[in-house]
Parts: sequence; C-alpha cells; structure tokens
Amino acid sequence: MKWLSDATVEHLRQAADWPDTGGTRYDAVESLAQGGMGTVYVANDRLLGRAVALKVLHGPDPGPEATARMLREARIIARLEHPGIVPVHDLGTLLDGRIFYAMKLVRGRRLDQHLREGLPLAERLRIFERICEAVAFAHAHGVIHRDLKPENVMVGAFGEVLVMDWGVARWRSEPEAPPADASPAAEPPGAPGGTAHGTILGTPGYMAPEQERGEVDRVDERADIFALGAILYFLLSGQAPRRAVGSVSDGSTWTRPGPGGPLPPVEPPRRLQKDTPRPLEAICLKALASAPADRYASVPDLARDVSSFLAGGPVKAFPEGPLLRVRRFYLKYRTPILLIVAYLLMRTVLLLFART
Amino acid sequence: MSDGAVAGRFPMTRHSVLLAAGSTDPEVRRRAFETLVTAYWKPVYKYLRMKWSLLDEDAQDLTQAFFAVAFEKGYLERYDPARARFRTFLRTCLDGFAANQRKSAQRLKRGGGAQVLSLDFAGAEGEILHHEVADGLDLDEYFRREWVRHLFALAVEALRAECARSGKLGPFALFERYDLDRPDTGERLTYARLAEELGLSPTQVTNDLAWARREFRRHVLETLREISASEAEFQTEARALLGIEPR
Repeated sequence: MKWLSDATVEHLRQAADWPDTGGTRYDAVESLAQGGMGTVYVANDRLLGRAVALKVLHGPDPGPEATARMLREARIIARLEHPGIVPVHDLGTLLDGRIFYAMKLVRGRRLDQHLREGLPLAERLRIFERICEAVAFAHAHGVIHRDLKPENVMVGAFGEVLVMDWGVARWRSEPEAPPADASPAAEPPGAPGGTAHGTILGTPGYMAPEQERGEVDRVDERADIFALGAILYFLLSGQAPRRAVGSVSDGSTWTRPGPGGPLPPVEPPRRLQKDTPRPLEAICLKALASAPADRYASVPDLARDVSSFLAGGPVKAFPEGPLLRVRRFYLKYRTPILLIVAYLLMRTVLLLFART
Repeated sequence: MSDGAVAGRFPMTRHSVLLAAGSTDPEVRRRAFETLVTAYWKPVYKYLRMKWSLLDEDAQDLTQAFFAVAFEKGYLERYDPARARFRTFLRTCLDGFAANQRKSAQRLKRGGGAQVLSLDFAGAEGEILHHEVADGLDLDEYFRREWVRHLFALAVEALRAECARSGKLGPFALFERYDLDRPDTGERLTYARLAEELGLSPTQVTNDLAWARREFRRHVLETLREISASEAEFQTEARALLGIEPR
C-alpha cells in the first residue's frame, strides 16, 4: 500500500471536494474563499469565454436545509439587480447533487482589508453611503440581509462597492411559493423565511440584540440598520462595536444576552478614536440603539444623515445649540467667511489710513 | 440553468459496522470485525508504538489482541454516540486496554496472541521508521492524522483495484501523477502540460481526473459510512475529511 505524505493527504482532501463540473459550462480553476455554507471558486465559463465566481455547497451531502438556503440566496440575489449587489448569472446542479450558482467575479478586497490602507474619513463615509444604497435597494424589494459586516462588503479594483454573502438573507414578508419546476431541489415548508424561532444567524458584534436573542419574528429592516451602524462604527474606530460592560464583538468572547434581557449600551466610538466627529458618533449610536424603535426608521434616513454630515449640513441624530450651529456654519463656509473678513479689515485699514 | 444531472449521490444504505458487530449472525459479525480491523489497525499499531513506547512485536500482538478482545467482550457495544466520536471512543478503549496489559504484567506471549488477520506490520513499521513525527505532536492528534492517512490510502488502493478491474488504467495513472505524486514534488503542472505529456486532450485530462477523484471520494465515504456509528457522525467526519469542519 502506498504511503501518503501529509502534503498528499491535504491535496486529496481538497481534490475530493473539488467540484466536478462535468455536464456544466464551467471549469473550476481555483478556490477563492470558503464560508460556512459553501466554497467560492474562480471558474471559466467555456461558452462565453469569461471568468466567473462559482459558489458550490460544501460536501459531501449538504442536506435539504443547506440546499434550500443556497437556493434562496441565489434567487434573492437574482431579484436584486443593483450595481451594489453582485449579479447571479446561472444556477445548476453538479453531478454529485450539490447545487451551485455562477455570479460575476469581483476582483477586489474585503472592506476590512481595504481599510488597512488608512483611507481619509470622507472616503470611508462615501463607501458607507454606497453600502447603504445597496441595502436600501434590498429593503425596497422586501429583502433583509441579516449578516452585514465589513467582511461581507467588497471594494473592487475600480472603487465599486458590493454587498456580498446573502446566505442568511430573508424576505421581509413571505412571497408566494416558488414554482415547483424551477428548483434543482425542493424548498422545505416555510423555506422563504427559512429560519425557525430561536435560531441565531449572523455575526456577533454586528447582530442586533433581537437577532442575538433569536427572536426571528422581530428581526426586520432595523436589524440591518443596526448592522450598518456597526459597520459605521468599524469605519470610524477600526473595531466592531463594544458593549460598555461585558464583551461582544470579536466572536470569541461574545456573551449572549439573557432571554429578553436588556443589553448594556454600546461604548461610544470617541472612546476608541478621540478625533471622531461628534455628529458621526451620534449617527452611529442612534443606528446602534438597543431598541429597534430608537434606531433610524429606514436606511435612507441613516444615509441622509451621513451625506448631510459630509456636506457640512445638520445631522438629525445630533441636536445642535446656537453655538454649535454657528460653528458648523463657520466650518462649512470658512473660506468665503475668511475672505470677507479679510476684505472688510483691509477696507477698514484703508479708510483709517485715508483719514489720517 | 445548467443541465447537470443529479447522479452519483452518496451511499445511504450501508449498515454501520458497529450495528453489525452486535449481530447474532456469526458471519455478519466476522465481516464487521474485518471491516473495523482493516480501517483502524494501522493507526492503532502506530499509536501503541508511539504513545506506549512498545517494541514492534509487542505492539503487533497488542494490536491483534485489542481487536479480538474488543469483539469478544463486546466493548464496542458500550459506545454512546452522545458522548464522543467513535474514533475517540476506540482510542480511549485502546489506552485502557494497553494500561491494563501493562498493569497486570500479563504481556501477551509473543506469537501466541490472537493472530486474527494478516496485517502488513512490516509496512507500518517502515512508515514509522522513515517518516519522523514532529517533536511535541499531540498523540491524540497523531492518532487522528494516521487514521485519515490510512483511510485515504485504503481508498487509493480500492480505486487502483477498480481501475485494474475495469481497464481504466489511464485515469488512474493520471490520478497518481497529478494527485498522489505531484504534491510531494511541488511540481507546477497544468492540465494542458499534462495532456501534452501524455498525448491526450486537456478535456480528456479534465474528465479522467474528475472521474478518478469522484471514485476516490466515493470509496472514502463508503468506508467512512461503514465505520461511523450514526448518520450525524458520518456527516461530521465527512465534512472534516473532505470539506470544512462545521464550526
């Protein structure tokens, strides 16, 4: 019997899981990323002669639940045609029964990696606006993402921003049952929502409290708003939100709240990053409010506040007194104000000089 | 939608060897015994050599005796899937067995132990001698690693035999060249170059390799299913072996 080295064993592990794309138009070329549900490969589309990304369920036998989840993900993305959401080209079944879908191959980096370049604040906020646009579009079409985090946002080589990984997304209201002949595998009953009460799907630190508690019925668009607040927090401080007491956030030290128990408030980002502008901190904390009713009512509301801050305008989450309003007015129009003051000073000096 | 057909799904009907081990039919029990010994003897032998520092002949006797006693005394029937994986249970039994042997100083008489199957101990010994174990390696992890290596090697041999039977020597030669030998040499080899080297078309190489890998995978999963105590354990082990470990 042939002795197999560690390198050969490892290679065989990968080779055995490698998707057998016989009977499809794709050749898998290299493994790109692995997630909880499947692996994404770079593949060659032989018919069109282009590279695509192929997402394939993990083997050996993923079971009906994972199959239904992947199918739902593909269908959700297919319905969301938006520049900020990666388009699905095709859906099919491999010879071993696993389903796959082909999508546009995005060359770029995850947001958390992209930020390591040390981008200026304005640029970070513009990326955030783009994320908000894609999520708002999904909400307008009745889809809640439920797993928004920097690792699920790609920044392309040409600056495009794409929201990825819709694997745990769900329809806000149950749509009509999918047509029976359209699926490689039938969805189980209740599949469009796809999550039983008490099931926790998402990422600690970016999950809204109601999501952490597994209250599936209470998870709506405002859970995504919480996650967007957490992404903004990350953009400002370089870290996921931290609770003032206890620990959340890095995945390894997450403490689950008691059933229905209130969570401690999120630590303000200015404690981590002292130069964070106060209006941005207020936006962040409003989006991260524990009670859904205290958050922004919609993603466009959140995005408007961020855009307004960028443009030097008022921020709804940050009530201003007269002094702060004057200061913001001054900061926004500093150059013309200084020019006018300089002009007036010069005129005054000239006038005084002429009199003497 | 692509037109890939659903075919070649995993064997779902084979009975676990652990169920068969408790059968009243002696023939069923014998086959279960053989299956289990075939799947585990080499990691058991190596583990005894490494952890218990036994001489090769003592480890051979203890390996044979362990399986014989485990079946005779019904050790395996005590396995509770809720508490641990079968592999872990087996290793714990093995430690207990080896400890008892040492404690009671009842060393099995050389050559007089239960010689139940013809096993290639010389080959296993050669592997120990020629492939050093890293210092500080956890021996539980060593047992798991050797078990995976042995399981894959069995699947490779099964594939070799299948190819010889069905006259598919070409696909096996490709598999051997690309998937068995190349990882050790680190050679960068594209399908196109391999096709040129062997006078095949790249499509032929792609198809043959896909077939061989599919069959290799099938052999691994068949053995794994047989020696898993439950469907859940099979799924977990299969993911750990061929996919990613569920976290």
